[in-house]
Amino acid sequence: MDWRQLWEICSAPDNVPIVGLIPLLAFYIYLAWKQAHANDILIEQLEADPAMAKTHHRKTWPFKPGWAKEVHVWPFLLRIEFLAAIIVTIILMVWSITLNAPLEEPANPNLTMNPAKAPWYFLGLQEMLVYFDPWIAGVVMPTMIIIGLMVIPYIDTNPLGSGYYTWKQRRFSIGTFLFGFIILWVAMIIIGTFIRGPGWQWFWPGQTWDHNRLIYEVNRDLPDIFGIASNLGKGIFGAIIVGGYYLLGGGLVYSLFRRRMGKDFQRMSLLQFSIMQFLLLTMVALPLKMALRLLWHIKYVWITPWFNI
Amino acid sequence: MADANNPNGGNGGSGATSGNGKNGAKVGLLEKVTTAVKADIQAVKTDIPTKAKEQIEGLKDPTKTQVYTSIFRHKHDDTPRNRALGVLSNVFLHLHPAKINRDAVRYSYTWGMGGITFYLFIILTYTGVLLMFYYHPSKVQAFRDVLYLEHDVPFGKILRNMHRWAAHLMVIGVWLHMFRVFLTGSYKKPREFNWNIGVLLLVFTLLLSFTGYLLPDDQLGFWAVTVGTNMARATPLLGHEGPFGAQLGMTPYNDVRFGLLGGSIVDANALLRSYIWHCIGIPIVASVLMIVHFWRVRKDGGISGPAPVMLTEEADKPRRGPKAAGE
Repeated sequence: MDWRQLWEICSAPDNVPIVGLIPLLAFYIYLAWKQAHANDILIEQLEADPAMAKTHHRKTWPFKPGWAKEVHVWPFLLRIEFLAAIIVTIILMVWSITLNAPLEEPANPNLTMNPAKAPWYFLGLQEMLVYFDPWIAGVVMPTMIIIGLMVIPYIDTNPLGSGYYTWKQRRFSIGTFLFGFIILWVAMIIIGTFIRGPGWQWFWPGQTWDHNRLIYEVNRDLPDIFGIASNLGKGIFGAIIVGGYYLLGGGLVYSLFRRRMGKDFQRMSLLQFSIMQFLLLTMVALPLKMALRLLWHIKYVWITPWFNI
Repeated sequence: MADANNPNGGNGGSGATSGNGKNGAKVGLLEKVTTAVKADIQAVKTDIPTKAKEQIEGLKDPTKTQVYTSIFRHKHDDTPRNRALGVLSNVFLHLHPAKINRDAVRYSYTWGMGGITFYLFIILTYTGVLLMFYYHPSKVQAFRDVLYLEHDVPFGKILRNMHRWAAHLMVIGVWLHMFRVFLTGSYKKPREFNWNIGVLLLVFTLLLSFTGYLLPDDQLGFWAVTVGTNMARATPLLGHEGPFGAQLGMTPYNDVRFGLLGGSIVDANALLRSYIWHCIGIPIVASVLMIVHFWRVRKDGGISGPAPVMLTEEADKPRRGPKAAGE
C-alpha cells in the first residue's frame, strides 16, 4: 500500500473538488432520501384513508388552519440568502487561503504530461475513450447527454411527484437518473481521477504509479472471434449485432414497461416511448461495452472502413 | 444717520434723493458698507447658528432628507406594506415575489444550490475582472503574468485562488442544483422549457471552466485542452479524423478543431480564442440565459415546491390545487 501515492492523488489541488464532491453528494442523497421516504409514508397513509386525504394539507411538515399560508420574502427568505452568501464567501476565502491553485511548468508541446488528463469534470468522457473511439466518446456521447437531458421533461409523462421528493411514485425516472448521474458520470470521473495513472492504465488506489509498467493487452474484435475475415462480412456482422441489440433491447424495454408501468406507458405517445427506448438503450450500451472490453478484451463490435464501434 | 440705520436697507434709494454734497455721498457709501457688514456679522452670529441648529436637528432623522427619500421610495417602519415594497421597489430584489409559501423557505427542499451557483458566478465575474487587469493573452506574457500575479501583485495569489476554486464550486453547484430539480420533479409541466435553459446553462458553465483552464498557459492547461480538443478531430462529418470527415474534404487545416483553436495546434491563437470566449463570449451568452432562467422561474409560478403530495388516483385528474386539499 503506497500511502504517499494515494495522498499525492487526493491532495492534487485540482482533485480536491472531487474529494469534496463525494461526501457532498452522499449528504444530499441522504437528505433527498429522507424527505422522499417521509413523503412516501404520507402518501401511503392518505391513499389508505380517503377521508383524511380530503382534509389533510398534504405535507409532512405541520400546518394548522390558523397559520398564515405565506410569509414575506423580506425578511424570511432574504435573510437565508444573505446568510448563504456569507457562508459561501467564508468557505471560499478559507479554501483560497489554505490551498493554492495549481500552476505547473510553462506549456511545452514537446514534453507530454503522463497521464495527460482533462479537467476533472470531463474525466468521465476521457475514461470513455478507453472503450469507444473519440468520435463516440468525445462528440456523440456529449451531444446525446445534452439532448437526452433536454428531452427528459417531454418524455416523462408521469404527472406525479412534481414539486416534492418521492421515490415510490417515480421509481423508473429517478432510478434512471441516478444510474446516469451517479454510475455513469460521477463514478467514471472518480475512476478517471483516482484509478487511471500513467499511460491511462488501471492503478488501484494505493498502488504506486509505475511509469514503466507495460501491459500486453490482446484486444480482439468481435467479428474475429467468430472467424469473420472479409471487410464486408465484418460490416454486415456488426450491423446485425448493433441492430439486434436495439431491436431485442427495444422489445425487452417494451415488454417490461407495458407490464410494470402500464399507466406511464398509456400516457406516452409512440414517439415519446421510442425516444425513451432509444436513449435508455444507448445509455445501457455504455456499461455493456465497458464489460465487453474489461472482461473479454473485445475492442470493436462493428467494423467498417469509415467508423468502428 | 437714522436713515442709514434703516434696517430695511433703503440706503440706495434715500441716498440718491437726499444726498447733499460730494462729501455726504462718500460718507453715505462708507456707512452703507459698514452697516451692511455689521448686519452680516449680526446675521452670522444669530441667524446662521439658529438655522444650522434647525438643520442639524433635521439630520437626526436622515430618512427625511431629500437624498434619502430620493433613493428609498418608501417608509421603513415594520408594516406588511413596507416589507412588500422593500422587495418590489428594489431592482435586485424584485426577482423575488413579495410573499412566498411558508414552506418555500425550507432549504432542505431547495438546498439553495441555484442561488449559490448564481452567487458564485458573481464572485467569478468580480475576481475575473480584477485578474484581467494583470493578464495578457499572449504566448510571451501569459505564464509570466500568472507568476507575477502569484508573487508580486498584492493579494494576487488569493485572487487567483478564489477564481479557481469558485469555478470548481460553481460546477459542483450546478450539478447539485440539477440533481435537486430532477429529484423533486421540478422539470414537469409547466417548467419544461426552463429545464432546457438550465441544461444549456450547465453546458456553458462547463465551457466557461474549460476555456479558463488554458489561460495560465502551463502544462496542466495545455495538455488538458490538447486532450479535450483532440476529440474535435473526430467529429463525424466535421473533423478530419471523424467518420466521413475525409470524404467531405476535411483536413487538419479546415476542420472544426481548426476553428476552435484558430490553428492546427494549441498555440497563440488558441490562447487568444479561449481568452475571448472565457471573458466575453460565453459570459454574455450565459448571462442572457440566466436572465431568461430567472424570469421563467417567476413566470412558471415560482419555485416548484414543496408542493402538497399528489395521490396515485389523482394522477390523471386535473389538479385541484393545494387550497382544495384543505391547506
